[in-house]
Amino acid sequence: MPFEIPVEKWAAAVNEVTIGATSAEGGTRTSTVTVGGEASLPFLHFEGKMPHRPVVAMEVLDIEPTTWPEVLSRPFGKVLSSPADWAKKCVQEFGAEMVSLNLLSADPDGKNASPDEVAQTVRSVLQAVGVPLIIWGTGKADKDNEIMPRASEVSAGENCLLGTATQDNYKTITAACIADGHKLVTEAPIDINIIKQVNILVTEMGLDASRIVMYQATGGLGYGMEYAYSIMERTRLAALNGDRMLSMPVLAVVGSEAWKAKEARGREQEFPQWGPAEKRGPLWEAATANSFLHAAVDILVMWHPEAVAQVKRAIDDLMKE
Amino acid sequence: MLIIGERINGMFKDVRQAIRDRDASTIQRLAREQVAAGAGALDVNVGPASADAAGAMKWLVETIRQVTKAPLAIDTTKRDAMLAGLELAGPGSVINSTTGQQEKLDVFLPMAVEHGASIIGLTIDEKGVPRDETGRVEIALKIVAAAAEAGIEPDRVYIDAIILPMNCMQENPGHVFKTVRECKMLSDPAPKTVIGLSNVSQGTTKRELVNRICLVMAIAAGLDAAVADALDTELMDAMITAELLLSKQIYCDDYLVAWRKSQAQL
Repeated sequence: MPFEIPVEKWAAAVNEVTIGATSAEGGTRTSTVTVGGEASLPFLHFEGKMPHRPVVAMEVLDIEPTTWPEVLSRPFGKVLSSPADWAKKCVQEFGAEMVSLNLLSADPDGKNASPDEVAQTVRSVLQAVGVPLIIWGTGKADKDNEIMPRASEVSAGENCLLGTATQDNYKTITAACIADGHKLVTEAPIDINIIKQVNILVTEMGLDASRIVMYQATGGLGYGMEYAYSIMERTRLAALNGDRMLSMPVLAVVGSEAWKAKEARGREQEFPQWGPAEKRGPLWEAATANSFLHAAVDILVMWHPEAVAQVKRAIDDLMKE
Repeated sequence: MLIIGERINGMFKDVRQAIRDRDASTIQRLAREQVAAGAGALDVNVGPASADAAGAMKWLVETIRQVTKAPLAIDTTKRDAMLAGLELAGPGSVINSTTGQQEKLDVFLPMAVEHGASIIGLTIDEKGVPRDETGRVEIALKIVAAAAEAGIEPDRVYIDAIILPMNCMQENPGHVFKTVRECKMLSDPAPKTVIGLSNVSQGTTKRELVNRICLVMAIAAGLDAAVADALDTELMDAMITAELLLSKQIYCDDYLVAWRKSQAQL
C-alpha cells in the first residue's frame, strides 16, 4: 500500500520582516536579512513554503566578559575588549549573518555608561560591520528609556532591530522605533498571553505588526528549554491558524542561556566523566539552538563560533527540500 | 465564528427607502459599518415589497461591491434575483437559502456548483418545520447528501435549524441547539451550522439580551455562523468571549482588541 504523507492545511502565514537597510534603502548596510513568511511548521517543505532560512546572529557585549570560561573566550582572544573589533571578527571569521549588540555597559548596577557613551559604541559597531544590527538595552526600564532613544537615533535609517518592549515598559522604545524606522523586539517571560498583549499594546501605538519580532525569553538545554519550546510551538500554531497578533517571526537568545548551564561551562577537572570541555560547551549551545529551530525560531542569537558553524550546517541541511 | 451582517435587508425601513430611491450612500454606509464591526460576510435581501426583485438585487450588490470585497449572502427565494446577485457578487458568496424540498435543491445546488458558492440549507421540507431535532437532523442529512451528490463538500453547506421567536415557541431554541450539536456528527467533514439569530427575540422586550445569550448558547453547542446584528457591540463582545472560552483564540488582556484587529486584516 503506498504511503501518503498527511498534509496539514493552514489558514495563514507568518509575517515577513526585513532587517537592515543598504545604501539604496537609505542605510549603510552591505547586506540585509529577511525572516518569516513560513506557511507551515518548520522545514516541512512538502506542506507549506518556508521562503527564508533561519538566521544566526552573534552576540557582542559592550563590556569585556569576565566570567566566561576559557573555552568560550579563547576563539575571540583580544577583541573581547572592543565591541567594534569583536563584531568584525564575528562577521569576517565566524560568518555571523547579523550582529546582536548588547549595551550591558549602561547597567546602572554596573558601569552605568551614559546615553552618549552608548551611542558612540553603536556608531563604532555600525562602522565596523556591514551586516544588520540587533541592539539590546539592559533590561532595566528606567535606564533603557534613556539609552534606547539615543541608540535608535544614531542608527536611524539603518533599519535595526531594537529590544525590547515589555508589558510594563513599551512606550519609549516603540516611539523610537517608529521615529527612526527600526524594527522592534517584543518580549514576554515565556507567556503566550503576555506576548500577545505586548504586540497589541505596541500596534495600538501605531507600529505596524509587520515590524515586530517576538522574543519569549529562552531556556537553555536542561534548564527550561522544553517549556520555552512548547510555548514557541504553540505561538507558531496560533499564527498558522490566523491569529494576526501572534504572526510575527520569533527570536531566541541561545548563547547566554546555554552557557549558564554547568554542563556547558564546567571545567574538566570538576567533571572528568563529561568529556573534554572544548567540545562539550559548543555542543551544548548547538543542541539548544538546533532544538529551537524546530520550535519555529527565525533568529538565533549565539555565542561560540564552533556552535554557530554547526548550526549553520544544520540549517543548510534542513532547508534542502 | 462567521457573523453575517443582517442590516442590508428590505425589511428595515431605511433600506427599503434606499432601494426605492436608489440611494447608494445609505447602503454603502451600512456595508462599511458592518464590516468594520466584524461582520465576515453581509446578508443582502431586497425585502418582500420589491416589485422587481432581480433589478433591486443587482443594484444592491453593485452598490455594496464599490466599497467592500466582503463575501455576500444573497438572501432571496427568487431564482432570477439569486442569479443576478451571484453573478455580480463574485467568489465566496453564500446562497441564502435552499430548503430540504427537492424542487428547491434542484434549483439552488447547481447554482452553488456553478458559482463556487456556499449554501445555506433550512431544515424545512414539504411538511414544514419539524417539531424537534430528530426531524430537523433528518432534513439536514438529506441536504448534505444531495449537496455531496452535486459535488459540494459538506463544509460548504450551512445547516440552518430555524430559530423561532421564543416568546411564542419557547421550546424551539432547545431543539435548535440539539440540532446544531447533532449536525456535527452527520459527516466528516461535518456541515457547518448557522442561525438567523434576531428571529429568536422577535416581540420580546429585551431583544439584545435574548439575542446575546442565545448566540452564546448556540456557540457552546458548536454553531459556526449567524446572520446577526454586527453593529451590536455587546453581542460581538459576547461572541468573541464565548469563542475564547472554547479556546478558539489565545487569551490576552486585550483579546477584544486582538479579535477586531485580526478581522480588520482579513
